[in-house]
Amino acid sequence: MKILVPIKRVIDYNVKVRVKPDNSNVDLANVKMAINPFCEIAVEEAIRLKEAGIASEVIAVSIGDKSCQEQLRTALALGADRAIQIDTAETLDALNIAKLLQKIVEEEQPKLVILGKQSIDSDNNQTGQMLAALTNMPQGTFASEVKVDGDKVNVTREVDGGLQTVALNLPAIVTTDLRLNEPRYASLPNIMKAKRKPLDVKSAADFGIDLSPRSTLLKVTPPATRQAGIIVESIDELVEKLKNEAKVIS
Amino acid sequence: MSVLVYAEHDNQTLKAETLKTVAAAQAMGGEITLLVAGHHCQTVAEEAAKVNGISKVLVADNTAYEYQLAENISLLVTALASEHDHIVATALTTGKNFMPRVAALLDVAQISDIIGVESSDTFVRPIYAGNAIATVQSLDSKKVITVRTTGFDAVATDGNAEIVSLDTVTDAGTSSYVSEELTVSERPDLGAASVIISGGRGMQNGDNFKLLEGIADKLGAAIGASRAAVDAGFVPNDMQVGQTGKIVAPDLYIAVGISGAIQHLAGMKDSKVIVAINKDAEAPIFQVADYGIVADLFEALPELESKL
Repeated sequence: MKILVPIKRVIDYNVKVRVKPDNSNVDLANVKMAINPFCEIAVEEAIRLKEAGIASEVIAVSIGDKSCQEQLRTALALGADRAIQIDTAETLDALNIAKLLQKIVEEEQPKLVILGKQSIDSDNNQTGQMLAALTNMPQGTFASEVKVDGDKVNVTREVDGGLQTVALNLPAIVTTDLRLNEPRYASLPNIMKAKRKPLDVKSAADFGIDLSPRSTLLKVTPPATRQAGIIVESIDELVEKLKNEAKVIS
Repeated sequence: MSVLVYAEHDNQTLKAETLKTVAAAQAMGGEITLLVAGHHCQTVAEEAAKVNGISKVLVADNTAYEYQLAENISLLVTALASEHDHIVATALTTGKNFMPRVAALLDVAQISDIIGVESSDTFVRPIYAGNAIATVQSLDSKKVITVRTTGFDAVATDGNAEIVSLDTVTDAGTSSYVSEELTVSERPDLGAASVIISGGRGMQNGDNFKLLEGIADKLGAAIGASRAAVDAGFVPNDMQVGQTGKIVAPDLYIAVGISGAIQHLAGMKDSKVIVAINKDAEAPIFQVADYGIVADLFEALPELESKL
């Protein structure tokens, strides 16, 4: 079976985010970019399913300008077989991303689509679920374990109260949580090999979808900063402050 | 104008977060309908009817909704959406799971994790793990919204709304519940607790979390953990406080042996009072703490317990 893995190019998770002085957005000029950490876990899970003999082909797809080919090459170096870039200069919202991915799902007919649960830039946590609705597939979100069993997949999900396991008919959508796996590092020979793997470029405009934005970003501001308080010298002083100054315990 | 709010519950009790989500819905304006979807969830419906500021409670009680599977719930909510301008759910794992499906089925965008309502179409939400705050205006005719409850104060519960039973059954038939491993605890939920004590990597192992229990008992606190402690296998994932775990804002948050990675701060920095106990005086947690104590937690915790 084929597995499709949509991935996103985002700011590297180690980089400190700064808001532009004019409050129009965050400043991404000359900032290190990387594959979204949750997407990396998705790539790893797909490759493990291929290594286990369950998947036959892993296809990575990303939507963005030419620069996202860098992240697709990363996915190829990790072990994906081929890649698709859907070229657009626009920053699209999750619904439009899901609509484009729906077209790729129709073309490729994967049995499983594995995505990160959210991207660390927009923090939306929407694309996988939206793609599932548009393709009328069941979904296993926030996955910490994925087990393919015949024409079903069992997904263990991280939920508020603990863990929940659901059985989904294939084809299905899975979104990854942090503890699903620990992604490997790409070896140098695999990085070299990835340069020769196929990477198709398709234009977003060719899909005939209305990609107009659904919202306007009015402003972006830095969060309210919290002032550091005081260092107390003893537990007695701490308890006294909490009782009499902060009045949060009695 | 009218707002449909999805009630968070476990078929037995209404989750306290719903009261804050209703407060967010009030700020959007219009009549509020609360939807309780589950199975054998009559007690939840009765609790929901007491929530102030709502005009009625819709109850969809069917086996198809027992585990609130996204495939079935999204069809139910979408079927009810035509009568409402705003569809609102709490940004907990249930709402995060099914709401984007509703948005896609309605062909509208979703605005996730709002912490403020500027007007009926303009919302405030954190991006980049809370390192930036965006103000977003929706251009869609229907707004699909999830609410981060730390941004809102709970409404009261002395109301008496009408309860209406729904007989619509939407079963997609593509997914089924297999099993659950839920943490059973006598302590309050992280989302509802007014005091939280959390342990980090500094706890060294899961057994040492027992040191937090005596303090938690004395303060009526919930016990949380940092991602480092969860990843190290000390405690289960449902205890994780942080950007990808639970977002909390209690009156008092005590961080023990937690260095204060951005990821963790994003989940607790709206707490009213923060206490940090850490032996490393340079730990970033001290930059957000109201009261810090530089001490070995294995000495500080027993002393704190004895003095409360």
